[in-house]
Amino acid sequence: MPTIVDIQDLRKSYAGGFEALKGVNLQIEQGEILALLGSNGAGKTTLISTICGITTATSGKVTVGGHDIKDDFRAARSMIGLVPQEINLEPFEKVLNTVRFSRGLFGRPADEAVLEKILRQLSLWDKKDSQIRELSGGMKRRVLIAKALSHDPQVLFLDEPTAGVDVELRKDMWEIVAGLKASGVTIILTTHYIEEAEAIADRIGVIAKGELLLVEEKNALMARMGKKQLEVQLTEPITEVPLALQLLDVELSADGQSLIYTYDTNAERTGITKLLSKVAESGLVLQDVATRQSSLEDIFVGLLQEDAA
Amino acid sequence: MNWTAIKAIYAFEMARFFRTITQSIISPVLSTSLYFVVFGAAIGSRIEEVEGVSYGAFIVPGLIMLSVITQSISNASFGIYFPKFIGTVYELLSAPINFFEIVIGYVGAAATKALFIGTIILITAFFFVDITIQHPIAMVAFLILTCISFALMGFIIGIWAGNFEQLQLVPLLIVTPLVFLGGSFYSISMLPPVWQVISHFNPVVYLISGFRWAFFGSADVPILTSLAAIALFTALCLGVIWWIFRTGWRLRA
Repeated sequence: MPTIVDIQDLRKSYAGGFEALKGVNLQIEQGEILALLGSNGAGKTTLISTICGITTATSGKVTVGGHDIKDDFRAARSMIGLVPQEINLEPFEKVLNTVRFSRGLFGRPADEAVLEKILRQLSLWDKKDSQIRELSGGMKRRVLIAKALSHDPQVLFLDEPTAGVDVELRKDMWEIVAGLKASGVTIILTTHYIEEAEAIADRIGVIAKGELLLVEEKNALMARMGKKQLEVQLTEPITEVPLALQLLDVELSADGQSLIYTYDTNAERTGITKLLSKVAESGLVLQDVATRQSSLEDIFVGLLQEDAA
Repeated sequence: MNWTAIKAIYAFEMARFFRTITQSIISPVLSTSLYFVVFGAAIGSRIEEVEGVSYGAFIVPGLIMLSVITQSISNASFGIYFPKFIGTVYELLSAPINFFEIVIGYVGAAATKALFIGTIILITAFFFVDITIQHPIAMVAFLILTCISFALMGFIIGIWAGNFEQLQLVPLLIVTPLVFLGGSFYSISMLPPVWQVISHFNPVVYLISGFRWAFFGSADVPILTSLAAIALFTALCLGVIWWIFRTGWRLRA
């Protein structure tokens, strides 16, 4: 896939000396969903704001669709839609008017059919004449998305689209994002919910303290860093790990009912065969066997600890 | 130039104005009528004539200027401050438009509203006094220039203001006194010599004087001086706006 957003050594420092971005390099591919994961204050919003023109970079270069965001800002910004983190809307304005305004602001000629299509896509059409203050929080977020989509952007930035949103609405938002991806829009979303990145992203970038620690395919990331655990449940509880198994990295669960073996899926030998034969040798009787993969959350916490060390 | 974007901002701002059209018309008509009752009828009966013009007619240009200046400033300052306050300014900053296009949209709308109010006051005045406008083209030109230049000033105030108090501060503490002391209700020549000299440092004097010349053909200061003064003021505002554009002051982090 060709690169649609190219970020080279992007830096942002504030007058007080605080460095919000410390040389970020990132290539975003056309048509993908990239999730930028990081805790509050990691630099996610600063990164997005800089690309969109709300904040001025201290140094570095960003191009969108080959257009420099400074020298060729009109072409670059025409390709971008931004859904901000805060619900920034005029309370007394009507839904349709505010979306129409956004389209005009981006220099696109008035086109009621396009506006209708977007509002229908986001289930906002029957609210088109409502004042924004009359809408629920979830509806307001949809209005923000409608505004961002009003000029047919090719790249959509969603800054914490589900922050403070209940579970049902969050699933709803994921469906909207999936629908947008299907229509060919490249999506960059920031989140501090790991499950969100896990659920919808193609690639995941992890940001901490203004640095991009890694960017990787979600599946590759999980496979590379993912550890698996094998749980062997026993028919009778035991008090200590049998001698034959002590050489292997086996732990006994607190209730003595199961043995837990952690292994690396990428290793040449996982050691499972050996483990199971030793279990049989020890005279233990198996009730059940289960494996589980470590979640993105474990990986993320591990990365941040590594970074802090 | 992104004219579509300018039109979008202009139309959006004008729509806000027309939503409250009744208030927009009633309030200036009412206050102008009050001025005519108090100044025109009560005081005017004792002054009778100023520079050959009945006092009631004499205050018309000043009254229009008073409203037009305050309206231009408040419309433009509120117009740009409000998006900053509620956060919708992110959209202006991320749109493919430059700062001057934003200025044209907001200042244009603010100036249009002020011009609208000015016209309504003029129409109201016709009901109270007999006025003949000697230089109608100059009158309109002066009115438009004033609307634009003070809307520019209002825009700067709106960018600068960090809260609603600051938004009111400059109009209340500087502009209103300058307008009242700028000869809205009297001729500078009626003042003691010292105050006449001091008055010449008040930029509003030149505006009102020039505007009055367009109505009655006589003025406190030569018409060219008035024109030069308003041109200088407009240039000053444009200079400040250019500087804001260069630095992104109070807009872009």
